Amino acid sequence: MSLNIIVLAKQVPDTRNVGKDAMKEDGTINRAALPAIFNPEDLNALEQALKLKDMYPGTKVTLLTMGPGRAAEIIREGLYRGADDGIVLSDRAFAGADTLATSYALSMACRKIGKYDLIIGGRQAIDGDTAQVGPQIAEKLGLPQVTYAEDIISVEDGKALIKRRIESGVETVKAPLPLVVTVNGSADECRPRNARNVQKYKYAASPSEIGTDEEKKAFIEKRPYLAIGEWNTQTVEADLSQCGLAGSPTKVKGIENVVFTAKDARRVENNDEELEDLIKELIANHTIG
Amino acid sequence: MATDKNNLIVYCEYEDGKVADVSLELLTKGRALADKLGIKLEAVVAGDNLKDIEKQIFPYGVDRIYKVEDSRLYPYTSLPHSSILINLFKEIEPRIAFMGATSIGRDLGPRVSSALHSGLTADCTSLEIGDHKDAKGNEYKDLLLQIRPAFGGNIVATIVNPEHRPQMATVREGVMKKEVKDSNYVGEVVDLDVSKYTNKEDFVVEVIDRNIEKSKVNLKGSPIIVAGGYGMGSKENFGMLEQLADVLGGEVGATRAAVDAGWADHDRQIGQTGVTVRPKLYIACGVSGQIQHIAGMQDSSIIISINTDPNAPINSIADYVITGKVEDVVPKLIKYYKKNSK
Repeated sequence: MSLNIIVLAKQVPDTRNVGKDAMKEDGTINRAALPAIFNPEDLNALEQALKLKDMYPGTKVTLLTMGPGRAAEIIREGLYRGADDGIVLSDRAFAGADTLATSYALSMACRKIGKYDLIIGGRQAIDGDTAQVGPQIAEKLGLPQVTYAEDIISVEDGKALIKRRIESGVETVKAPLPLVVTVNGSADECRPRNARNVQKYKYAASPSEIGTDEEKKAFIEKRPYLAIGEWNTQTVEADLSQCGLAGSPTKVKGIENVVFTAKDARRVENNDEELEDLIKELIANHTIG
Repeated sequence: MATDKNNLIVYCEYEDGKVADVSLELLTKGRALADKLGIKLEAVVAGDNLKDIEKQIFPYGVDRIYKVEDSRLYPYTSLPHSSILINLFKEIEPRIAFMGATSIGRDLGPRVSSALHSGLTADCTSLEIGDHKDAKGNEYKDLLLQIRPAFGGNIVATIVNPEHRPQMATVREGVMKKEVKDSNYVGEVVDLDVSKYTNKEDFVVEVIDRNIEKSKVNLKGSPIIVAGGYGMGSKENFGMLEQLADVLGGEVGATRAAVDAGWADHDRQIGQTGVTVRPKLYIACGVSGQIQHIAGMQDSSIIISINTDPNAPINSIADYVITGKVEDVVPKLIKYYKKNSK
């Protein structure tokens, strides 16, 4: 038995370590200064797909990402780790999409791919933390969903056995294919790059990366496996009224930088006397003890 | 069936005969907002053994409860619960709908919002009513202002859904306050027939095994929290925080960076994507003070920051700042507490 798996991935700014150099003078974030990375939980999702490919030979893993042309970087990263194929969904008409418009676009791309037994993505992306796109794609494709997955244990008789990690424990569910699964950060880490795959795919490129470079174009035409697909609204036959800002029911009313009211902090010197005084004070006012 | 529409509804989670705290917190917030808008507060609960559940819900000022009872609705699975909400919402057209930002609410909410093409804002930290004027000059009165940190917590965004209903939001447990409005408050119970709101294909996902433990960590209820950040440097150093928490009778918390590094369990994470806490004493050890963390602990009564960086952002909201290495300071605090207590 072999499976057709789509892995949903997003290239995100690394918001986990916003250093001082990433802040502009007016206190806003300089997004350009943040490295663009493969969304961490999407890597966990890729690992689940690659594990199933190991278990069920002949399985095909296709990466799907929506973003600007440079998002082809994470497709290459996925190819290095063992994915078979990748598509970048890119169009100016997608700009300003909220989660609903995003899931619409991605669901149309899944339809265009056509064959899928499993659509696997990370639970959420670190630049939004909403965890909405997976379930919304499931709804748009009319598929069941299993969220918070930690391990896709097996696929047998058209059903996947999946362990979920929820707030206070573990749940095991059996769900029929085709199915959407979102994977938690607590799942197995993604395997590293494979040296042979890196050799094979390092010149893989999308049409917008190739641009007008005729030499590159000819090189890739002779090696079709290096062609990273690039689709737009027309390719996936998307209804423009459901894309981007126009297709987004939620609107951003305003954005503020967070400013906390500074307190008048008391400096406590790091010496025995002052630390003991602090403890005495906290005991005296019944904060501790 | 109810005749009035456009009310505020809260999806109530239910486990072990108890309505989840997060649902009661949302009912409390919902009551206040419904009063402001002059609309009713409703609740919907789906599950098994729901007898007398209204007794837990009415005191929060709930005017109407929709109950759907069927053994197949417990434990929760996505499809039947989604179908119930989608079909019910089509009928009663709520103006606003809330659910907990839990593994249930975050599974259910997006599915419902997709089917209804309404907007959903995840993990709100504040919900208000206000007006909105868009770039084209269209004015909207009394929208739900959904306020949430974004971009890893580095900014706070206010989101609105001008055109679509219901305006949906999820909120994490502990973010809103839970407050009984009137212990004698009584509303109406509407029993819904499961077969009218779901179909057979909704029950294709089977829960084979379930191992739910009561969480051993009670961060929300702990009066003292000793929290470690990325500055702790290692899992071993976290052991020192446990010692301090033990002698003070508190719990150990952690920042997202420390949890991501594998030094502390997920259920100890404090911040926008973790637990929100309001202890009497918060000792931040090697915590730089990313906004998403501060959002989850800024209401602590007393904050002590121990950090090698005298300019760590957390120091600006701290009551006491100790500049130094955690591994120097913490053992001294333990020593002087033992010496001076009792």
